[in-house]
Amino acid sequence: MIHPIPPGTRDVLPDEMRELRKLKRALLEVFESRGYGEVATPAIEYDEVMSQGDGRAARSSYRFFDESGEQLALRSDMTVPIARLVAGRYADSEPPYRLCYLAGVYRAVRPQSGQLREFEQAGVELIGAAAGEGTVEVIEVLEAALDAAGLGRAVIGLGDADLYRQLLEEVGVEGEARDSVLASLATHDLVGLEQKLSEAGIGGDRVETCVALTQLRGGKEVLEQARGLGGEAVERAIARIGETYEELERRGAADRVQIDLGLLRDLGYYSGAILEVYDPALGYVLGGGGRYDGLMKRFGLDLSAAGFGLYLQRVHTAQLQEQGRGES
Amino acid sequence: MSALKIAVPRGALFGETLDVLDAAGIDTAELRGDSRSLIFETSGMTLVTVRPSDVPTYVEAGAADVGITGKDVLLEQSDRVVYELLDLGYGRCRMVLAARTGNDRLAEGQRRLGRLRIATKYPRIAERYFESTGRQVELVEVKGSVELAPLVGLGDGIVDLVATGRTLEENELEVREEIVECTARFVANRVSHKLRAAEIDELTAKLREASRR
Repeated sequence: MIHPIPPGTRDVLPDEMRELRKLKRALLEVFESRGYGEVATPAIEYDEVMSQGDGRAARSSYRFFDESGEQLALRSDMTVPIARLVAGRYADSEPPYRLCYLAGVYRAVRPQSGQLREFEQAGVELIGAAAGEGTVEVIEVLEAALDAAGLGRAVIGLGDADLYRQLLEEVGVEGEARDSVLASLATHDLVGLEQKLSEAGIGGDRVETCVALTQLRGGKEVLEQARGLGGEAVERAIARIGETYEELERRGAADRVQIDLGLLRDLGYYSGAILEVYDPALGYVLGGGGRYDGLMKRFGLDLSAAGFGLYLQRVHTAQLQEQGRGES
Repeated sequence: MSALKIAVPRGALFGETLDVLDAAGIDTAELRGDSRSLIFETSGMTLVTVRPSDVPTYVEAGAADVGITGKDVLLEQSDRVVYELLDLGYGRCRMVLAARTGNDRLAEGQRRLGRLRIATKYPRIAERYFESTGRQVELVEVKGSVELAPLVGLGDGIVDLVATGRTLEENELEVREEIVECTARFVANRVSHKLRAAEIDELTAKLREASRR
């Protein structure tokens, strides 16, 4: 007899569990060996805490009241709870703090899409290391994690969350018009982007520049092209990406990093470097991350912070596809 | 690396899509024949022919790297994550609210029942449109021949895609409001757009050139 479970949730049976366990162990080993201590936080937080994340995508989808009327939320991400934990428990100790997690998070799904309402994330947070170095370290840990998962072909996209905010400010697109432009960028709707930029009343050349910038992705040559297109207005963000990339090159860790100026994560708390992870065997993004100094400030800590999270089930799927590829 | 996979829409956009692909240097002769095949290898690429409304599904999942479909499809499936790279300009038509010619049932329903009863194949576009214009609506989703609905009392009006307006006319319907104009769009899978950047950029440039001729 079948007793249904809610759509977007699943049972895991021993064969899959064994593989997942192995994958988790491999990831944890990487994190631990690099000094990242594992933490656990409650799946249920105060809604007020989770809403500090404030990005539309990060907002908890499942909220409810406890017996005394407090509003609670199922966590929709691990970065916000860890920021809360660090602000409360590590306030008196010397940064940087290196923490990692393997935890279930909960998000709303669209019906019949096969999306998971409850899924596991594996990631690290580096809090209180200098901005540039912190980003580089996090990327190195991410590369080691991908190797440990057997995803030697995976690519890390490196962009900057402030690039378009600064560029739009420079060309005088503000307020609602700016938000609407950024929304087109986040969904990568170039036709809409062009339209909205034109409506915002900036010149045709500038519209073309903005659209062309979003299509720049590749190696170091991209930075020069961006400077040629965007000039002063993009200099700060481009210089920052350049520094990170050059440091990665010095450490021999730049090969699988793709500079991507079209990158814009939909979580509202990122500022500065942003990351996304892809594997050629899978049509979906494997994970992402970046800098979130602003989020720490909201919890009362003036520390720069960076991290990444990988969707465990997707990494497992990619692993399977890559193995299949090796055999065929 | 495997050949780039392109999802080509069968149906109303098929002919012009093949013309644009030809102009972009992709030989589509095989697709024009009466072959029952759904997959074609040509000019170093793999072309798969699917229903226009399935294009976002294939592209989102990465089963096709890129594809061509109507903006109406993209709007109706706006929760699918695909990158919209190019407006190809052809297949131009309008999403409209239409009702029976010279009949005020639409206004009547609005005034006396406080809502519109609308039949459509595009429930999400219709819902968003009426919400954004502050009207309550009862949507009836049908899968085909939506022009029939108001003639037999299934709804007071329809939201549908109109190219020439002839079908409307033949069914004694007229356009009351225009919602949005739709054309064919070139879309890409998010991961392919990153990992096969050079190939996709080249194809985008060729299609841009071809579609502006």
